Amino acid sequence: MAEQGAGIIMLIKIPRYNEPLASEITPSEIAYSRRLFLQGLAASSLAASGWTGSAMATDSSTRQRLPAQRNAKYSATDKPTTYADATTYNNFYEFGTDKGDPALYAGSLKTRPWTLRVDGDIKKPLTLDLDMLLKLAPLEERLYRLRCVEGWSMAIPWIGFPLAELIRKVEPTGNAKYVEFTTLADRAQMPGVRSRVLEWPYTEGLRIDEANHPLTLLTLGMYGQVLPNQNGAPVRVIIPWKYGFKSAKSIVRIRFTEVQPRTSWNLAAPDEYGFYSNVNPEVDHPRWSQASERRIGEDGFFTKKRKTLMFNGYPEVASLYSGMDLRKFY
Amino acid sequence: MSLSVERLKQLKRALFLSALLPLLINVWLAVQDRLGANPIESLTRSSGDWTLYFLTLTLAITPLRRLSQQHWLQALRRMLGLFAFFYACLHFTTFTWFDHFFDLAEIGRDVWKRPFITVGFAALLLLIPLAVTSTNAMQRRLGRRWSQLHRMVYGVALLALLHFWWMRSGKQNFAEPILMGVIIMILLAARAVGPIQRWIRARKGLSHSLDAEPR
Repeated sequence: MAEQGAGIIMLIKIPRYNEPLASEITPSEIAYSRRLFLQGLAASSLAASGWTGSAMATDSSTRQRLPAQRNAKYSATDKPTTYADATTYNNFYEFGTDKGDPALYAGSLKTRPWTLRVDGDIKKPLTLDLDMLLKLAPLEERLYRLRCVEGWSMAIPWIGFPLAELIRKVEPTGNAKYVEFTTLADRAQMPGVRSRVLEWPYTEGLRIDEANHPLTLLTLGMYGQVLPNQNGAPVRVIIPWKYGFKSAKSIVRIRFTEVQPRTSWNLAAPDEYGFYSNVNPEVDHPRWSQASERRIGEDGFFTKKRKTLMFNGYPEVASLYSGMDLRKFY
Repeated sequence: MSLSVERLKQLKRALFLSALLPLLINVWLAVQDRLGANPIESLTRSSGDWTLYFLTLTLAITPLRRLSQQHWLQALRRMLGLFAFFYACLHFTTFTWFDHFFDLAEIGRDVWKRPFITVGFAALLLLIPLAVTSTNAMQRRLGRRWSQLHRMVYGVALLALLHFWWMRSGKQNFAEPILMGVIIMILLAARAVGPIQRWIRARKGLSHSLDAEPR
């Protein structure tokens, strides 16, 4: 399949994946109830099995299931994006800048063993492996809207727990004003790191109150399973009211600091990507409007793009920014 | 070397059909829902790419003809140029239809507010007079002014290149803009070779005559 594009046709970029997936054929309601049934049976035994990333990591049936309780309070009523779209249309520059690249090349990422270091201005520095992370707090499933700064969006059922749970455990000192996320940058596993598109490792950051907000999710899975490599396995953060690039993938270090962390996109293009990068239909990107967005799989040939919502439709975060000029702090 | 009228006709027919292939393949993929997660973006990118490819091919004809002395190549240039215009129109259509759903006010605002779009739109506008005057009759009517007018295609190529570069600057992914830029620059530089040689010759001639003057 991967060799399908050849010669002149290659320039047209034929998508590599078109087989319907198990998750696509099974109506999601049935799939979910089936999953809930399986969760009870298989949870413990599957947790021990290895995660083998494959280059064709889009087949939902091959990934390890991850049991979690649906959190209705924090779940949008949007129609979930299909698993196939959510796993083949990704921005993950460590594997290449084309949105098809992560699905093609993330198979080489080894997600076990994995170490997440938590340090900086905290009383209890921690080094966590995946099993410790999975047991740190009860896992919840939340359907969040994901708005990319490029003007498209998805709705994805993530699995994880509030980052606040981890923050509470490490006891930040009074100096901890910000949280910095550092992600893996390993040339051997990530072909995109050879390019100088961004400064590696990719770093992102939040103010401590943003990090502590109940919506901020330390994420280990999606669609009832562990995270596919191309979606930021094995551990990432999801901040649903900010543009997608703020939600760092494949995190190896979380550091608490007094000064605002340097963030990769802000360093690359400071006039285009600010530290805050809250979804805001009123503040345009210099090269395009942010007023509307195309929902992947829904807004298509014969429908208008949908209006982008302030804070991506999460108005409860507005109080974090009261008194701030969001045009200045974009 | 020259080609028989019949062979040239066949060649043009083959070129016409192959130039339609990108469109046909995209339509076929769209119908089968095989354009990926964001089919509209895929169509916009593809039509933009092919506009630039056909512009480049159009610019390549004259240097290739001079270099190879295959003068029949000239007969393909108009068709290539018109296909550049055709794909540019499709590119603009994807933008007006899919991106803005024919909301003219919104389109106007985007074209005006965003230099990256302004530049692409300017390139499209400049192609219109070239397409309109591409017929034999117009060429005859305009005479010398026809070639002057059609030199505008150099500017169009540069604007298209800038548009492409600007689009990619967000991802800082300049490999393709650089490749296309180098090719187009070589093709434009090739046009300067003749005039520069003439200028050098003229200067030499001038200095000779100066030397010959009694001091």
